[in-house]
Amino acid sequence: MNSDPLVIAGRTFSSRLIVGTGKYATHEVMQQAHAASGADMVTVAVRRVNVTDRSKESLLDYIDTTQYTLLPNTAGCYTAADAIRTARLGREAGLSEWVKLEVIGDERTLFPDNGALLEATRVLVKEGFIVLPYTSDDPVICRQLEDAGAAAVMPLGAPIGSGLGIQNRNNIQIIKEFAGVPVIVDAGVGTASDAAIAMELGVDGVLMNTAIAAAQNPVAMAEAMKLGVAAGRQAYLAGRMPRKRYATASSPLDGLVTGS
Amino acid sequence: MTTALRITLNGDPHDLAEPLTIAKLLATLDIDPRGVAVEHNLIIVKRGGFDSTLVQSGDQVEIVNFVGGG
Repeated sequence: MNSDPLVIAGRTFSSRLIVGTGKYATHEVMQQAHAASGADMVTVAVRRVNVTDRSKESLLDYIDTTQYTLLPNTAGCYTAADAIRTARLGREAGLSEWVKLEVIGDERTLFPDNGALLEATRVLVKEGFIVLPYTSDDPVICRQLEDAGAAAVMPLGAPIGSGLGIQNRNNIQIIKEFAGVPVIVDAGVGTASDAAIAMELGVDGVLMNTAIAAAQNPVAMAEAMKLGVAAGRQAYLAGRMPRKRYATASSPLDGLVTGS
Repeated sequence: MTTALRITLNGDPHDLAEPLTIAKLLATLDIDPRGVAVEHNLIIVKRGGFDSTLVQSGDQVEIVNFVGGG
């Protein structure tokens, strides 16, 4: 266990990177990418079992649940009621109270419906869930979610699967300043520098799926993300130099050989 | 001669020969009960209740599991 772990709802994670299980070409590639990422929490979706074709292998055959904490999501839910129902099913399937709560408000952007999200958070917290809501990069809704009992807040960096990187760094920073619970940037990361930027803003972790799964080499990108998150975290802790508009020489001016 | 008993399974009509417990239904469908969650008429069935919950004509059953997602 490292000396700077991520702690959510009293549970300690050695990695600040949380990764998804979707969109991989094969389960084997996913498994290798998970190992390379160093993550110890992975998201999963809850879907109907295919009752007519039982030939498909189970996702859980490729995730060692003694090593990875499963974080079931409510992806694809457009109402609080559907998200609550899916969260309850996920709890039964995984025998865990943890849920990545999503209530989508718009099909093209997959931006959250924050009103419904808040409502679902209140209900699930009351039922004993550890709720990690995916939300907008908005400090006000993040504070409301925290007040409603969310165990962490997970503002988006950019639209899900867009790979655009952190679009509103200032908001993410303000969210972190306001928050009394961990802040996880969820969605929008495209490459390792995006993950590093998120961490440099001071957030507690980064959650990503497509940036790794859709890379040309997912296993190599998973490792790059691990390094990006670690570099960003360390740079944040180190404290960056102040920004200046003009140059300041790094070499002394005294003793310079001049003239002819 | 008995008529088949019709339920709604994961949103589709599904015929059973006779009323079954959730446990028997899963076995009939070749589904490993570990890692699935079952909803019976919109109520979650705890794993301990798989053997005692009976699925009857007209019932709605949802069987879900984990798939890849972000």
